Amino acid sequence: MERTINGKSITVNEEGYLKDFSQWDDKVGEALAAESGIALTPRHWEVLKYLQNEQKNQVALSIRRVGKSGVVDIKEFYQLFPIAPLKTATKIAGIPKPASCI
Amino acid sequence: MYEENEATATLEKSYVAFKPENKGAIKKMMIILSKGTLENVYAAFVLANGARMEGIEAEMFFTFFGLEAIHKKKLERLHVATVGNPAMHMPTMLGGLPGMEAFATHMMKKEMEKIDMPDILEFLDILSASGVKLWACKLAMDMFHYKKEDLYDGIDDVITVGDFYKESAGEGVHMLFI
Repeated sequence: MERTINGKSITVNEEGYLKDFSQWDDKVGEALAAESGIALTPRHWEVLKYLQNEQKNQVALSIRRVGKSGVVDIKEFYQLFPIAPLKTATKIAGIPKPASCI
Repeated sequence: MYEENEATATLEKSYVAFKPENKGAIKKMMIILSKGTLENVYAAFVLANGARMEGIEAEMFFTFFGLEAIHKKKLERLHVATVGNPAMHMPTMLGGLPGMEAFATHMMKKEMEKIDMPDILEFLDILSASGVKLWACKLAMDMFHYKKEDLYDGIDDVITVGDFYKESAGEGVHMLFI
C-alpha cells in the first residue's frame, strides 16, 4: 500500500508498518507518532533508536527484552507508548511488527 | 409461516438492540486464576501480558490454589502436574513416582528459558509494570490462613468476589476462568 507523508511516498503493509526502512526518516517517525496520538520527546527518540538498532542486529524484540535493555524499563515503556507499546513503537520506528507473545 | 416470519423479525430486532459497540472490541480482560500448576499459571500470565501488549486492559484475580502463584514462599516452587494429565503422555503410575513432578518441571523450565519465558517472579514484575491489576481473593486467603504480607509486594489488594465484579463493570469486558 502506498501512502504519502509530508509529501514523501512510502510503502506500508495492511497494518500500517513500513515495508522498507530506507523510506523512514525522523519526519516520517513524527508523523506516524502523531497518528498514534504521541508527541515525541527525547526519551521517545532514545527508545526508537534502540529498537531500530536491535532490528538492524536482527534481535527478536519482546517486552521482556526491551525491559532488560537498560534503555527503558517496562513501566516507562508503557508511559511513553501507553497503548500497545511494542506494536506502536515499532510502527513509529519504521521496523516490522514483532511476532512476540511476551 | 406468518408466525415464523414474526419470530425472525423479533430476533433481528433484538439482535440490533444488543449489537456490540466498537465492533465488539475487547477493552479489558478479567482473568481468574484458580489453579497453582505451572502450566495454568503461565497460561494466565501470558494471556494477561498479551492483553496489555495489544493495548487491552487486564486484571487478575487469584483464588484457591491460584494464590500459590503470588505467595512469596511458594511461587518459586510451582510444579507441572504429571498425574491426571493425559497430555503428559506418561502412565499415571509413573507420574506418581517420587521425583517425577520435579523432573517434569525441570524439563519444562529448561524449555521455557529457551523461548525467553520469564520465571514466575519476573513475570509478576512484568505484569505489575505493565499495569495489570493483581487481586487476591479474600475468601481463599482466609481459608489458607495467608496474610497480605505473605504475598508478592505488587499485589493491589485482597478483595471479595463482589469487589471483583464491580471492577469488571463496563463495555467490552471479558472474563476468563482458569
